[in-house]
Amino acid sequence: MMAKERLSGAEALMRSLQDEGIELVFGYPGGASLHIYDALFNQQAVQHVLVRHEQGAVHAADGYARSTGKPGVVFVTSGPGATNAITGLATAHMDSIPVIVISGQVKSHLIGTDSFQETDMIGVSRPIVKHSFLAQKAEEIPLIIKKAFHIATTGRPGPVVIDIPKDVTDPAYKFGYSYPKEIGIRSYKPVDEGHSGQIRKAAKLLLSSQRPVIYTGGGVIQNDASEELTSLVKFLNFPVTNTLMGLGAYPATDKNFLGMLGMHGTYEANMAMHNADLILAVGARFDDRITNDPAQFALNAKKIHIDIDPASLSKIIKVDVPIVGSAKTCLTQLLKELKKHESKLDIKKLEPWHDQIKKWRKKYGLDHEMIKKAPSSGKILPQQVIQSLYKETKGDAYVTSDVGQHQMFAAQYYHFDKPRRWINSGGLGTMGFGLPAAMGVQLAFPNSTVACVTGEGSIQMCIQELSTCLQYDLPIKIINLNNSALGMVKQWQDMQYGGRLSQSTYEDSLPDFVKLTESFGHVGLKVEKFEDLESAMKECFDQKDKLVFLDVVIDEDEHVYPMLEAGMAMDSMWLDKKTKTWE
Amino acid sequence: MKRVVALLMENQPGALSRVVGLFSQRGYNIESLIVAPTEDPSLSRLTMTTEGDAAVVEQITKQLNKLIDVVKVIDLSLDKYDGRELLLIKLEASPNTKSEVEKLGGKVLFSNDSLLNAEFVGSSEDLDKVVNSLSKLKPLEVVRTGLSGISSTSKTLTI
Repeated sequence: MMAKERLSGAEALMRSLQDEGIELVFGYPGGASLHIYDALFNQQAVQHVLVRHEQGAVHAADGYARSTGKPGVVFVTSGPGATNAITGLATAHMDSIPVIVISGQVKSHLIGTDSFQETDMIGVSRPIVKHSFLAQKAEEIPLIIKKAFHIATTGRPGPVVIDIPKDVTDPAYKFGYSYPKEIGIRSYKPVDEGHSGQIRKAAKLLLSSQRPVIYTGGGVIQNDASEELTSLVKFLNFPVTNTLMGLGAYPATDKNFLGMLGMHGTYEANMAMHNADLILAVGARFDDRITNDPAQFALNAKKIHIDIDPASLSKIIKVDVPIVGSAKTCLTQLLKELKKHESKLDIKKLEPWHDQIKKWRKKYGLDHEMIKKAPSSGKILPQQVIQSLYKETKGDAYVTSDVGQHQMFAAQYYHFDKPRRWINSGGLGTMGFGLPAAMGVQLAFPNSTVACVTGEGSIQMCIQELSTCLQYDLPIKIINLNNSALGMVKQWQDMQYGGRLSQSTYEDSLPDFVKLTESFGHVGLKVEKFEDLESAMKECFDQKDKLVFLDVVIDEDEHVYPMLEAGMAMDSMWLDKKTKTWE
Repeated sequence: MKRVVALLMENQPGALSRVVGLFSQRGYNIESLIVAPTEDPSLSRLTMTTEGDAAVVEQITKQLNKLIDVVKVIDLSLDKYDGRELLLIKLEASPNTKSEVEKLGGKVLFSNDSLLNAEFVGSSEDLDKVVNSLSKLKPLEVVRTGLSGISSTSKTLTI
């Protein structure tokens, strides 16, 4: 047998990442991670992207993971490097994204002494990670890495932190390296297959329903179950709606698609949910932005819930048929079971339901033709920007977003036909996510079109990453919906606080985004008039090899509708500033 | 109603803080918590009592099961179980202190002219009664360990 190669802890870390198939790491060096960065320098297989702030590193790794399905990896140093990663970790945790953050830590003998750049990273990150490891010896590193990737990417995915004290990566100490081929963790065995009895029950309910809705979330995207979902929908001819996290799981341009549901979901999606006699939820978690008041949620519907996480089942809404398992496997099982009973499938029975949905859509559905009508004010409406973006990119871009009104407009008006194309912070709602996430996507898909839909509030939270974009030649297109206000905050203040705009505007202190972008070495464009919108959008995307920041001055008074009224059922919506569906 | 949840977890640094952190993070109210290594030194056993309806306890056990360090969880209060805790008490010595303690089923651990330490083992309700009865002697210190339990059915919390 060949003698094992002798490596230091830092070298073993780099080798383990290579053995795990990792090609890309995002990070920022510092004192406690210098040994690691030296080992990085001495190898070629793993490319490192130097960000300008650790929050950007985690969001970039997150965007990489969301768009590719592969885990994203981050290096940060101890103390402030570690704490700057926290927002990124919380973002990944809320949306179940496999991100591994490897943080340097002060030397073991200094831990607990309040030494320079010391933070209890394991403690600080504990509630926002799937799991975490503290490496206490160099020899532990290969097994920890193996376990970390296994935990992050299987079951309900999520972020994992590995904290490594500096002495553990000391180049002077070497040990015999080998990477474990397989691991077993006795307390961690995610279930893949759904219980066959439950699948049978679910199939029976599906076949007997008259007003069904299929409601799916991020789990279908994460588990690459879009094909299975689409096959099931085609077989049953049921209407289907996606959550904000689930957009793209089902082709948005298909006739069975109801649009997004929930807080800013379409009228027809929310009405269908409220009036359904059966809801099949897949990889979604009935969160508060969906259900509105849980006590009034879809009271006449039987509920089937497929989820990989047993704790998601009956957490908020009691369901009739809970099924623990992966979306992909359970949907396959379900379709197989349904096909056995194909004779009982009565497509005709659903006609009145489809007609009802058509009526709802006709009455209050979103207007996807707004781009064709010049507003009398001459101002550009935010919806028109998204429609123009959709048209210009032929619906085939990767679209990242920040958080706020622009995010909702993008979700409503960009029709995502493919999974992993819509990249946004759904659970945590992290402003500043969009640009670094777009870097991760563009690095993963250098030849694809990547657009970051943002607002002048969000973009300023991670704007420093424009510098990273120049260093790595990332031709991202930033579409800035500029309404000179924190739009969603303003909307709530308009609706609920008598229009008292407390700290949601900037009193003419905004930067000149064109000049700012140019100072970072990129191209900046500004458009203010409706008639110039489409040509500006074209000019933006024509510059294929350049990062272009398109600053679009939009109508500052526009609100996002529909909007669910708090504390009520899903059928209680504001449809515009004056129209509501109740009373 | 009172619920008793017991679990086995990896006997590793950080495991306990994850379990305890989960309770505060998710707003679960913990009445008592007791933890010690088992005969298998790689595992610790933790027992907690909480007030809550079945749905709350179901969610607690599911969330606990999600923790990678948690190997197995059972809700002892779903079936019959034997729950016991230990009470230690320090009393001022008087001519009838020892007999009072023994009358209530306690065992004297230590005594001298001025002080007496005693132990009682029992269900939480029994120990409440003991504390109540001994309150007239004005105890100097009362220590309770919190409840530990074992199922009275064939169910076991083992791996």
